[in-house]
Amino acid sequence: MIKFTSVFKAFPKGGLALKDISFHVAKGEFAFLTGHSGAGKSTVLKLIYADERPTGGEVRVSGFNVAELRQRDIPMLRRRLGIVFQDFRLLEDRTAEENVAFTLEVTGARRNGIAARVMRVLTQVGLAAKAQAYPRELSGGEQQRVAIARALVNEPTVLLADEPTGNLDERATRGVFQLLRDINASGTAVVMATHDLDLVRQAPYRVIELQEGAVVYDSAVDEPRGDAAPAS
Amino acid sequence: MNLTVREALLAFRRAPLLSALSVTTIAFSLFVLSLFGLVAVNLQNALRRVAERVEIVAYVLPGTPAETITLALKDIEAFPEVAAATFVSEDEALTRAKTELVEFRDVLRELEHNPLPASIEVKLKPAFRDAEHVNPVADRLRGFGFVDDVRFGRDWVEKLDRLRQLAAAVGIVVGAAFAGVAIIIIGTTIRMAVLQRSREIAIMRLVGATDGFVRRPFLLQGAMKGLLGGLVAVGLSYGAYALIDRVLIQVSFFTHEQSLVIVGFGTLIGLMGSLLSVGRHLRRV
Ligand SMILES: Nc1ncnc2c1ncn2[C@@H]1O[C@H](COP(=O)(O)OP(=O)(O)OP(=O)(O)O)[C@@H](O)[C@H]1O
Ligand SMILES: [Mg+2]
Repeated sequence: MIKFTSVFKAFPKGGLALKDISFHVAKGEFAFLTGHSGAGKSTVLKLIYADERPTGGEVRVSGFNVAELRQRDIPMLRRRLGIVFQDFRLLEDRTAEENVAFTLEVTGARRNGIAARVMRVLTQVGLAAKAQAYPRELSGGEQQRVAIARALVNEPTVLLADEPTGNLDERATRGVFQLLRDINASGTAVVMATHDLDLVRQAPYRVIELQEGAVVYDSAVDEPRGDAAPAS
Repeated sequence: MNLTVREALLAFRRAPLLSALSVTTIAFSLFVLSLFGLVAVNLQNALRRVAERVEIVAYVLPGTPAETITLALKDIEAFPEVAAATFVSEDEALTRAKTELVEFRDVLRELEHNPLPASIEVKLKPAFRDAEHVNPVADRLRGFGFVDDVRFGRDWVEKLDRLRQLAAAVGIVVGAAFAGVAIIIIGTTIRMAVLQRSREIAIMRLVGATDGFVRRPFLLQGAMKGLLGGLVAVGLSYGAYALIDRVLIQVSFFTHEQSLVIVGFGTLIGLMGSLLSVGRHLRRV
């Protein structure tokens, strides 16, 4: 599904952001990416959705080789993924429904199926009643649900979430996290970058911890560790 | 409505002033081009009318025997360029002068001696009615011993032709300069639209829109501005034509095909402007 093999990433001016990273996320798995600010979490996700290319090693995402992917094939990779960000990235001049439909229009889906598919995912994230609301009329938690609905509408095999709860209060965080767990339970793999260790401890999921661009702990290969171990 | 069309139309609402500016510059550049085009088209028409009458007149020395002329007429009609050759006797020339030159009728009637020479009028086939072919035929006619002098409207034709070429050339140069400005302005408006919508474009790409899809509304938008500019230019040219036709001289307007070419050219300018700009700026967002 997602396989990093000895991946390096150097930015032209910024030094080495990732150093010799290897891990594998299986189909249907839920994996946390943790680590300090600047550890390289977002960079790992960007390599997965081909926003950046590795400068060394190999990144494979559902059959695509990100290093060798042709520019014009990148959209095909992204259509297999759902992506959610801390800052939601909704279009302000479109309703919740239109924001979700936008994804389908942009990828050239058949028009007559769009409305039904949009309502299905909005119902799934619990926002069917607010389909006509604009982002500014929604709370942060609700906006993130719209963003998740948008990520889901193409039925991705992997959902990437870069600190999806970073802007939310505790209650909204719990709600969004539960939603991601439900999505995972229905078969979608989830890779979630976060530094909310309470959240990480709550669930029995895979944890990959980064520190200054290197993997320092991977629950799939390393011994389980006590609560105190990960530096926060 | 299709997303591409909707987005392209939205551009006019998002930046009405800039859009109007683009349309105006395209319209203006094509209007200038069209004015020179109109001059060229009308000169061309005038030329064609003159060319239809291009005749070579070979004046015959007095006292040339009729048989010599009959034989020569056969020879001349056998020239590949020649459609017809007619002999006009001294008397016929005088009769014709009397009917055509009404003002001099009295003078001509008083004459005791006919001053007009006999001549052979040579009409060329349509394909040979230009300076390039008239000259050699004239030279060949001069070769006949009984021919005194050869005349044809060469100077006239050549001057008119040069004028037409000049009008076309000036029109193309000035029009191209304006078209260049129009392309730059279109490019600038596209650039601003791209920057203004960079967030939206980033989101489109994130959810898997192809570059072509992202680009399409911008190209359509440019083409639509060009199309509008072309239509306005044809409208303005028609106004100018109508005015000249009414108060100055009778002229003709473009054919439908020529008008379509102007509108098509406008569309092309709009498309070019956005094409040159959009790729470069999309790469940066
Ligand atoms: N485009 C870039 N150019 C140069 N350096 C970059 C670029 N993007 C990221 N970096 C550097 O790479 C390193 C990892 O950044 P990254 O955004 O992946 O960290 P992160 O773990 O997501 O941090 P945070 O928790 O603050 O989001 C940082 O040192 C950052 O400065
Ligand atoms: Mg980050």
